[in-house]
Amino acid sequence: MRAVERARTATTISAAGTTRKDWTSDQEVRWCPGCGDYSILAALQFLLPELGARRENTVFVSGIGCAARFPYYMNTYGMHSIHGRAPAIATGLALSRPDLDVWVISGDGDALSIGGNHLIHALRRNVNFTILMFNNEIYGLTKGQFSPTSEVGKVTKSSPFGSLDTPFNPLSVALGAEASFVARTHDLDRPHMMEIFRRAYEHEGSAFVEIYQNCNVFNDGAFEKVNAKDARAEMLIPLEHGKPIRFGAELEHGVVLRPDGTLEIADVAAVGEDALLVHDERRENPGLAFLLARLARGPYEPTPIGVFRAVDRPHYGALLDAQIAEVARRKGPGDLAALLRSGTTWTVG
Amino acid sequence: MSSTVAHPNGPKVRTLESVVIRFAGDSGDGMQVTGDRFTAESAVFGNDLATLPNFPAEIRAPAGTLSGVSVFQVQIAAYDILTPGDEPNVLVAMNPAALATNVADLAKGGTLIVNSDAFDERALEKAGYETNPLADGSLAGFRVYEIPMTSLTLKACESSRAKPRDAERSKNFFALGIISWLYNRPVDSTLEWIAARYGAKPLVVEANTLAFRAGYNFGETAELFDSAYEVPPSELGPGLYTNISGNTALAWGLLAAAQLSGLRLFLGAYPITPASELLHELAKQKHFGTVTFQAEDEIAGAGAALGASFGGSLGVTTTSGPGIDLMAETIGLAVSLELPLVIVDVQRGGPSTGLPTKTEQSDLLLAMHGRHGEAPVPIVAARTPGHCFAAAIEAARIALKYRTPVFLLSDGYLANGSEPWRVPDLADLPAIDVGFATTPNHVDADGQPSFWPYARDPATLARDWAVPGTAGLEHRVGGIEKADGSGNVSYDPDNHERMVQLRAAKVAGIAADIPPVELDDPDGAELLVLGWGSTYGAAAAAVKRVRARGLRVAQAHLVHINPFPANLGEVLGRFRRVLIPENNLGQLAGLVRARYLVDATALSAMRGTPFRIAEIERATVEHLEAM
Repeated sequence: MRAVERARTATTISAAGTTRKDWTSDQEVRWCPGCGDYSILAALQFLLPELGARRENTVFVSGIGCAARFPYYMNTYGMHSIHGRAPAIATGLALSRPDLDVWVISGDGDALSIGGNHLIHALRRNVNFTILMFNNEIYGLTKGQFSPTSEVGKVTKSSPFGSLDTPFNPLSVALGAEASFVARTHDLDRPHMMEIFRRAYEHEGSAFVEIYQNCNVFNDGAFEKVNAKDARAEMLIPLEHGKPIRFGAELEHGVVLRPDGTLEIADVAAVGEDALLVHDERRENPGLAFLLARLARGPYEPTPIGVFRAVDRPHYGALLDAQIAEVARRKGPGDLAALLRSGTTWTVG
Repeated sequence: MSSTVAHPNGPKVRTLESVVIRFAGDSGDGMQVTGDRFTAESAVFGNDLATLPNFPAEIRAPAGTLSGVSVFQVQIAAYDILTPGDEPNVLVAMNPAALATNVADLAKGGTLIVNSDAFDERALEKAGYETNPLADGSLAGFRVYEIPMTSLTLKACESSRAKPRDAERSKNFFALGIISWLYNRPVDSTLEWIAARYGAKPLVVEANTLAFRAGYNFGETAELFDSAYEVPPSELGPGLYTNISGNTALAWGLLAAAQLSGLRLFLGAYPITPASELLHELAKQKHFGTVTFQAEDEIAGAGAALGASFGGSLGVTTTSGPGIDLMAETIGLAVSLELPLVIVDVQRGGPSTGLPTKTEQSDLLLAMHGRHGEAPVPIVAARTPGHCFAAAIEAARIALKYRTPVFLLSDGYLANGSEPWRVPDLADLPAIDVGFATTPNHVDADGQPSFWPYARDPATLARDWAVPGTAGLEHRVGGIEKADGSGNVSYDPDNHERMVQLRAAKVAGIAADIPPVELDDPDGAELLVLGWGSTYGAAAAAVKRVRARGLRVAQAHLVHINPFPANLGEVLGRFRRVLIPENNLGQLAGLVRARYLVDATALSAMRGTPFRIAEIERATVEHLEAM
């Protein structure tokens, strides 16, 4: 979402040479000790100086939930808004201020439950901002009810006999909503988060990033089967553009496309290297990205991470600005005095 | 009221001071176009006028049915009029259903012009007539003119290449031709309009032109009418005039407010009757740099507007009651963030879907109280279609100056109604000074300059507003309670009490920055008729009539409802009784009674139409008699 033009205001703070400290606000961070949110916050505070971003041109907009406290901790412009509406509010900001870097911070409840409608519409419009969705598969701030990404049968305070709800696959939702950039990362791997956030930031248009985030109070270990240190090699499938999709300590596993149009995990030794699916994040058709998004039925099977899809598509703000410029070219700049006289008029002596 | 003079158009022409004409027909009969054109002819002629369209919510209601009747009423006058008129003097009924639903309103002895071709058995049955009213004597109290408009239109179009089926659709222009002759309207503007409007379809231009001319000539030669009428031009104040609807005036007012404040106009909206025209009108004005964002719902419309406000635009959202219901949480956020946001509510009949195309004033308490917590929002209410322009500027002025959401209340009557409007000279409109913060306003404990987003102007209590992009003033705002001054999250009980009081005091303080309510009380009356919003015209006209009877009554009208004008309490205190006509169950009356402990009584009406002058006149007289 690198902004097209940044020269709106004369600045007193140089963009070059900021450090994590410059991006850290003076507010005490109040997440539970051990929460995965801390590492996401750190990843961004380390990344933004690297990107050469400017604090005064950076805005974090959030909804409600634990993740939504994020803007308070960034020494930038920010708005902690209302539940689920951050994409809508950020849309107005991004469209009216193309010079800004706008980030939307959300959680699985905020983005996919109460705010699901705004999320899908922002993605289809391809509004120029980055959405970071902290997915902990639980409601944290309301103290532990199942969320739209909780697994079926989840026992929580509001589902003492097990949740009956089929969960969303967030990446499937994003891909189905015509998202131009879709990625997944997790809170235990700062370099990976930073790389994915960088890619999302550089993408022009809506970038949707799902972050597996551990809620150590209400859903501890939800992702440990795939992202615990000793599990990662066998359970996380790194996606790299242009490369065969393979994983395992010895890269002995790979993903192949079967003749029936489904994906399966195979032994590379058995199928041969040439049979592996080569990842193409720029593929116009989102079909393969969709298959990859659904390769694991949940974070207990080998799970792809990385950039699933990154295609170029004009973003809404650019189209809007172009339309305004075109209409102004055709009709001339707006003339209010003339507009007020554009109907039939008559003069009274 | 009338006099007879010689006239080039016919043997006899009577001069009238005013006339109310109602065009009624099937939804597909083009009654709105007919009414619009007659209005435009009258405007060009220089009459004062007021219009009242009334149409079904269904786009294509079943043809010929009572529910499918579409109506356009216009009053034209030689003097300054205030309403579209209580009862029509002339009713044009294009079919039995139109007659059935409108004849009860026609003035005694009024003129009834019917398309007799449409009164066949099937149509009569659809309209619920057991006998033909044209034949059974039930219309004896009126001057009835039966004109076979369909067949005359077809005959007139015989020379054209238009197919009979298409030519038949021009019969509304035949009707317009008759009425244009009857009231001696200039015809050139309509002929030019037909050519421009249907230019892409030459056959339609031809048929409509032939039908219009045929209708006009029919009036002149058929000798059905004993005389034609003339309503001389009105003596409006000097200036350049245009005929304007409330929705157009409101949209233009928003554009003017953006220009006066130097901000970009950002409209976030979701289509809804009767507010959609605001979105349509502004969507046409992209070359002003205006952004119109058609959102996925009203929540997103208001949210995007608020996001744009955060970025330094003039954020506006336009909707009707159901949309306001959805926006409640966003408006509360705007109250907490103390950011400008203009929320336009073009009110319609409620609750729920209610009467989408009909007018009502029943959202006043929603605007006043419709949020959780102590969340005061200023309210501005437009009083006439043309006043929507000034009201929009005023709403934006308050929003920007005080960093607050503001409700701008219009309604279906103002939105679709129209009146002549004196085009203002933009140079006469005062600029709106937004005053963005550009430098630090605080020094930290360690001596470093910093920015406190909730530091306030001591006079207005408006907070300092810095927009993203301003280096050194980075800050966070949110819906959690903020510490007075610094704006940091605060759960401190005393701070919350203080912030609640500060937000309330800020809105209350606007009373010092708005005009006092004007009292019209020439005779020292004991009864005050107090109005708000679109009741203005009917209330003012009713008060005139009551005074003409030799009775004493005072009148005042509110444009600002929150806060009330500073002198309102003192004004109300002068009267023994206050009568408040409103299209609801007494919402303003309740507010006034609670606030000022005065004996205020509501005159309620909720029929989906504006007040008739006679209703308010009658109620006023009754109150005077009871005092």
